[in-house]
Amino acid sequence: MPKDGGIGASSKRREDIRFLTGEGNYTDDINLHGQAYVFFLRSDIAHGILNSVDTSAAETMPGVVKIFTGADFEAVGSIPCGWQITDKHGEVMQEPRHPVLAHGKVRHVGEPIAAVVAESLAEARDAAEAIVLDITDLPAVINMKEAVKEGATKVHDDLTSNLCYDWGFVEENKGAVDKAFEEAHHVTTLELVNNRLVANPMEPRVAVGDYARGTGDHTLYTTSQNPHVIRLLMGAFVLGIPEHKLRVVAPDVGGGFGTKIFHYQEEAFCTFAAKACNRPVKWTSSRSEAFMLDAHGRDHVTKIQMALDKDNNFTALRTDTYANMGAYLSTFAPSVPTWLHGTLMAGNYKTPLIYVNVKAVFTNTVPVDAYRGAGRPEATYQLERLVDKCAHELGVDPIALRRQNFITEFPYATPVAVEYDTGDYVATMDKLEEISDMAGFAARRKASEAKGKLRGFGVNCYIEACGIAPSNLVGQLGARAGLYESATVRVNATGGLVVMTGSHSHGQGHETSFPQVIAEMIGIPEDMIEIVHGDTANTPMGMGTYGSRSLAVGGSAMVRATEKIIAKAKKIASHLLEASEGDIELKDGAFSVAGTDKSVAWGDVTLAAYVPHNYPLEDIEPGLEETAFYDPSNFTYPSGAYACEVELDPETGHVTIERFSAADDFGNIVNPMIVTGQVHGGLAQGIGQALMENCTYDSDGQLLSASYMDYAMPRASDLPFYTVDHSCQTPCTHNPLGVKGCGEAGAIGSPPAVVNAVLDAMRSGGKDVGHIDMPVTPARVWAAMNS
Amino acid sequence: MTQVKMTVNGKAASGDVEGRTLLASFLRDNLKLTGTHIGCDTSQCGACVVHVNGEAVKACTMLAVEADGADVKTIESMANADGSLNTIQQAFQDHHGLQCGFCTPGMVMSASALLKDNPKPTVAEVRHYLDGNICRCTGYHNIVKAIMAASGQDVSALAAE
Repeated sequence: MPKDGGIGASSKRREDIRFLTGEGNYTDDINLHGQAYVFFLRSDIAHGILNSVDTSAAETMPGVVKIFTGADFEAVGSIPCGWQITDKHGEVMQEPRHPVLAHGKVRHVGEPIAAVVAESLAEARDAAEAIVLDITDLPAVINMKEAVKEGATKVHDDLTSNLCYDWGFVEENKGAVDKAFEEAHHVTTLELVNNRLVANPMEPRVAVGDYARGTGDHTLYTTSQNPHVIRLLMGAFVLGIPEHKLRVVAPDVGGGFGTKIFHYQEEAFCTFAAKACNRPVKWTSSRSEAFMLDAHGRDHVTKIQMALDKDNNFTALRTDTYANMGAYLSTFAPSVPTWLHGTLMAGNYKTPLIYVNVKAVFTNTVPVDAYRGAGRPEATYQLERLVDKCAHELGVDPIALRRQNFITEFPYATPVAVEYDTGDYVATMDKLEEISDMAGFAARRKASEAKGKLRGFGVNCYIEACGIAPSNLVGQLGARAGLYESATVRVNATGGLVVMTGSHSHGQGHETSFPQVIAEMIGIPEDMIEIVHGDTANTPMGMGTYGSRSLAVGGSAMVRATEKIIAKAKKIASHLLEASEGDIELKDGAFSVAGTDKSVAWGDVTLAAYVPHNYPLEDIEPGLEETAFYDPSNFTYPSGAYACEVELDPETGHVTIERFSAADDFGNIVNPMIVTGQVHGGLAQGIGQALMENCTYDSDGQLLSASYMDYAMPRASDLPFYTVDHSCQTPCTHNPLGVKGCGEAGAIGSPPAVVNAVLDAMRSGGKDVGHIDMPVTPARVWAAMNS
Repeated sequence: MTQVKMTVNGKAASGDVEGRTLLASFLRDNLKLTGTHIGCDTSQCGACVVHVNGEAVKACTMLAVEADGADVKTIESMANADGSLNTIQQAFQDHHGLQCGFCTPGMVMSASALLKDNPKPTVAEVRHYLDGNICRCTGYHNIVKAIMAASGQDVSALAAE
């Protein structure tokens, strides 16, 4: 029977009520008294020398308050990068200055050059059209392999080349890996592209800056996954505003998927301009702007090889990747192709020797950073495509080859520096075979063939590292931040309580799932618990939500704070019950003395804490409020196995997803309904990447896919119903809830299954092309079928 | 500036607008009905769907002056009189048909228009009808399920979970 509350219950989401009735409070719904509007004039060329920006005519236009150019920000800091990579030679990465407004040069289409603040958005836009730019075009640097050749045009003149870093991992293993390849019985080689994507949360980014001249207080309302991070990055590194004079508020946020982690120029601009103009300044991104400035995702070009012995055991793996950084280093960009990618190359397999090389490259494109999965989808795609290719080259069953090489004993220390605490890859594969009805595939293929269609079945496994991360470890790896999380639990006099969390919910349902945990711990109804998040003024310093970390890290902080609350409440209860503290038990919202019928209700204890008439004031303080910071001791390692079944029309090359099954191991689960929904959304993004989505530049650096007319967002009719199972559970051993995280799994685990299925369908039609790059569009499939 | 008058959610509404002001902007900026969302600039995403004279319309494809004299309904009018969720809204909550909530008002308005014209749609008809509403969070599974449930059809067999 499903539970009706607490951990494990599919509690309905309380936040839905306001979203379903139009009463959400998104950043664009915030309008401040006297606000002005900013419109950014953006570069329409990819690379050029910015000779002059003539604003004189624009300044006389109706409604104009003030016009800013790059010169106004010369004394302001660079938009900072939060992660420094040390390359294989021990050198730190090349790190260019990233101005708020372009100065001297423009480096990608969409880079802001000037900002017009006016009484209305329409007036700001009109005036921007009157700004005269003098730009000398330069050749655009687009192709990564060309960009790192000797003599290539440089994106940044003050850097030695377009190579940000050349990372080798684990460099000491390289010799042994190469030797294993020399001794291999069989080597499989695969070259592939992980296509550039645009995250596309449905809410475009918005920033509203406000400044109180009387107190010197700044406030920024922004569409962020991590308001404290924005406050620190922008305050300390860009504008020089101390945290106590800067409040950052991220209210309801309409999806993030990574792209709202990062600190962007518009946030700094609106904060800066609100003071300069002495009035609130609001920016609302159009979707077209979002395509040209929100950090993109993926964009790797990879060659990967597997060495196998005569018994088909994996003996070594090596991979060379070019990773696009775009024109500037976005907040966490350098970490994505390195520590979030190289450390996952073992996947679910006991390959003993692994070497990963990544060359990160500057190009005249939008910066690239974390997008749902961030590095882990790139690792999974390479590995799981490669394993399938191995199987077909060797003439063995792809699932059997996987099973043969599975890691089966835990904890398991990989050769790429991480230690998986728990997992059961055999169990998730068994579950997958069951829920995908593999046994019925042959009959379904026959039915498709009777209609003149081809049918294919593809699988993949995945492992991810979530719950980022131990601060001391990531510090050694180059992070310029700690990655703990925080929670303050404030119990009110009548027993209700408020949790102020550093995590941020932008679709994940924390307002519902977090109370389930506390309700379980104390034994009170969920509706006595409220979650506050998204405002630096009333939440403790926290690092926010990304990397499937909220419950594993933020939830753990909440558990720790609640444990402190319960410990103190037991002291109060022992006083009220005149019993030894060690004999006090908390169950179903009441404290009792073990072995007796004496008890006192939760609400009587909380009231005593705030009305301490009969209270041990000599021993403990009044009040009931505790804060905890939780720093994880390891990553968490969700894993699973996915299967995709496609139908392919050989006449047109059109592929439809007929069935998609996901067997995940997320450890313990708080709200199964929400977890299933997270998997659905991830699958849609992974299937979108595999079949439809592609962010494309031409050789001049023009972005060809800059609207929903050109960038193929999956629609309802493009996607199937999914079969999702998370009954395989090996709880995380090192966090108090035993949870692993579920937000990214779907996007990480699905692209290889789709491509493997398409190739299987093509093979069944007599065409074995070895590989086909994503997105597997009808044009590409048709061309491959007819090659 | 031109004065427009219309009925919005059953009440008379008016305002001075420029010729270029979109209905979506008029609702959000003049009337402060911020439940109607703007998610794109090419009339693709459907976050701004409202009802104009009973028809589902993307409020970013219509000028405010074109809606002069019209009867407009927005997401703010969809709940029952006592504030409780209507059948479609309740089905979205029951079946977890929303996550970040940004596309949700448009989804509810589209679903309402669909079920008015086609009270018992097939799954394929629901998916086809939603072609103009993009959701990035849910993968559509639970949205389709919610709309089927709101139409009174059994959704237990649509897919596992």
